[in-house]
Amino acid sequence: MSKITFPRMGESYRTFKMFLEDLGNEVVVPPRPSKRTLDLGIRYTPEFACFPLKILMGTYLETIEMGIDTIVTSGGVGPCRAGEYAMLHHKLLSDLGYKVKMIVIEPPRLHPFNFYKSVRALNKARISIKGIIAHVKRAWRKLQALDNLEKLSHIVRPREINRGNTTKVYRKALEWIDQAYTTEQIVEAESTALEALNSIPQDANRNVLKVGIVGEIYVLLEPASNLEIEETLGNLGVEVEKSMFLTGWTRDNSWNETSEGITVKEAASPYLPELIGGHGRDSIGHTVLYAKRGFDGIIQLAPFTCIPEIVARTILTKVSKDYNIPVLTFFLDEQTGKAGMNTRLEAFVDLLKRKKQFQSGIESFTC
Amino acid sequence: MAVKVGIPNALLYYIYYPLWQAFFNEIGVQVVTSGKTTKDILNNGVREALADACVPVKIFFGHVMGLKDRVDYLFIPRVVCVNRKTIYCPKFLGLPDMIRHSITGLPPVIDIRMDSRQGYFAMLKAYTEIGSIFNASKHSSFRAYKKACRTLNRYNKLLQSGWNPHEAMSLLRKPGSLSKPPEPSLNFAVIGYPYNIYDSFISVNLLDKLRRLGVGTITTENISPLLLAWQKNCGLPKRLFWTFSDRALKAAHLLFKQGRIDGMLHLTAFGCGPDSLLNKFIELEAKKYKNIPFMTLMIDEHTGEAGMSTRLEAFVDMVKRRKEALACLK
Ligand code: SF4
Ligand code: SF4
Repeated sequence: MSKITFPRMGESYRTFKMFLEDLGNEVVVPPRPSKRTLDLGIRYTPEFACFPLKILMGTYLETIEMGIDTIVTSGGVGPCRAGEYAMLHHKLLSDLGYKVKMIVIEPPRLHPFNFYKSVRALNKARISIKGIIAHVKRAWRKLQALDNLEKLSHIVRPREINRGNTTKVYRKALEWIDQAYTTEQIVEAESTALEALNSIPQDANRNVLKVGIVGEIYVLLEPASNLEIEETLGNLGVEVEKSMFLTGWTRDNSWNETSEGITVKEAASPYLPELIGGHGRDSIGHTVLYAKRGFDGIIQLAPFTCIPEIVARTILTKVSKDYNIPVLTFFLDEQTGKAGMNTRLEAFVDLLKRKKQFQSGIESFTC
Repeated sequence: MAVKVGIPNALLYYIYYPLWQAFFNEIGVQVVTSGKTTKDILNNGVREALADACVPVKIFFGHVMGLKDRVDYLFIPRVVCVNRKTIYCPKFLGLPDMIRHSITGLPPVIDIRMDSRQGYFAMLKAYTEIGSIFNASKHSSFRAYKKACRTLNRYNKLLQSGWNPHEAMSLLRKPGSLSKPPEPSLNFAVIGYPYNIYDSFISVNLLDKLRRLGVGTITTENISPLLLAWQKNCGLPKRLFWTFSDRALKAAHLLFKQGRIDGMLHLTAFGCGPDSLLNKFIELEAKKYKNIPFMTLMIDEHTGEAGMSTRLEAFVDMVKRRKEALACLK
């Protein structure tokens, strides 16, 4: 039987694995991107390819070693490079002599036939359309549970009394959701997990800074690519809010713009009225919205050479001035080191603290 | 005194300047350009633009800096799509916004959106809108646009008969003022974006250097669009999304297939996003044509005259020796 794999983005792999297995595939879960993944990826991809493309190339090579022969991935119509990744990956892999099948899922609205074909190819168990829809719904619920758990961990971590508690509980809770299969189980696992996180001893009076994270979706969602920035920030006593989640993003793309999407677009339009592909416009819109909601600072995460984020960064300088909110950008690639990143983060958090202290006129700001 | 509109000599300049100039002159507006790229322009651009931006965008910033105090308007249209199929690199799409939000003291920026996917008359509408800024009637804008299109056609014909943009522009002004150089012994394809190849400052005089080494060049702009369109998607499941990259890949495929060239160069800018795909696709294609040597030249703001010359000379030498050796074998 053919073995199948897919791109890994954060914890979402737990859902995709379940869904693909439901359709009757033998699934190889892509391992967490490691140093070796990066090394492999870099060796065989162009120097200025985006960082996500490099990591994925490494992942594909690793899973090929594990015996996969089919890769399912998303397509897209751009205007950014992500829509053409699959094509390049396929060419690079065949150039290396690997014969793998690529199932590229295109947006159903634009390529209904292609979408249908991909779904058929994945549907090994020959499940009826109704059955597939039920599986999608359940998978979606699981994805939401995973996202909700992560969101709560961002709130609890900066307030925990014993360092590392949150991360430990979070890891465990992820497994509970992973084990859940039916919708009822998923809902139950989710509430137990949320409860467990909430019952971590916290210091309610701690003065916690709030930072919004904007940027390109892959580096936002895959901790291995952003060097676990959320954890680091949490440990520095910062509550983070990520502007994008798979459940908050897939919806935008396949169910048209949601109410959320529209406000982000509107917020961005005085600065960038054009959709430039990737998440450039969202980065600007979210920054404006975070500033309006009174956040203390913004961190932009972008892959090195990422075109839309470079455009966004150029404009963010102005947004930052207009709204008086500090913005720190990381252009990430294989050379970004954790130590360097932490130093920059510590300095940034210091700056935010001093700014807040100055603004509120408090003499002693204890944290 | 006539109103002055500034057009930076960068990015789309090499493709559309004749049209823009003709249009503005026809509606009674004076056009001012920023002239050739210089060291100062580059330095200004490097200072004003984001460090992570590509060289061509930095240079564009530099040109704007050089123009902004001399003109009443800056013309930085938001060119999204002109052929209903491919769009321009996202940096072109956000260009007016990047400029507006990072350079201070700008005159009004004309950033009309040009997107032919919006309908058959989208372009005409865009130009009448520009005309209305200068109080030109719809009718006179229409006439000016028609005339400008004819100028652009003449320009494109000149390009397709083998002239480069600089030569073609002077031929438009003074027909017959240039004569064709003698047939060179070697012919190279130079693939890349027009704003890199023809900007003699960024390309470190690439075309001139080749000419002095006795090498004739053919570029994407020299090829008729019909022949390019014929290449379809170059054997890929999807075409490249970006206009210039798509054209460059098609040109590379066509020229490889025709086999009339002795070598191919791909000029790419440091940090260019689309080129990471384009270059790889050309490189993979080049592997199939062992008899046509291929080389990638990367330029950035520090590329030096000497380094470029050495690499070019070595490549030309290698191609020459190969050609002689092959001739002996025959
Ligand atoms: S958004 Fe950035 S990372 Fe994503 S494909 Fe585009 S350039 Fe690459
Ligand atoms: S195509 Fe490349 S060189 Fe041109 S603007 Fe885009 S990133 Fe820069």
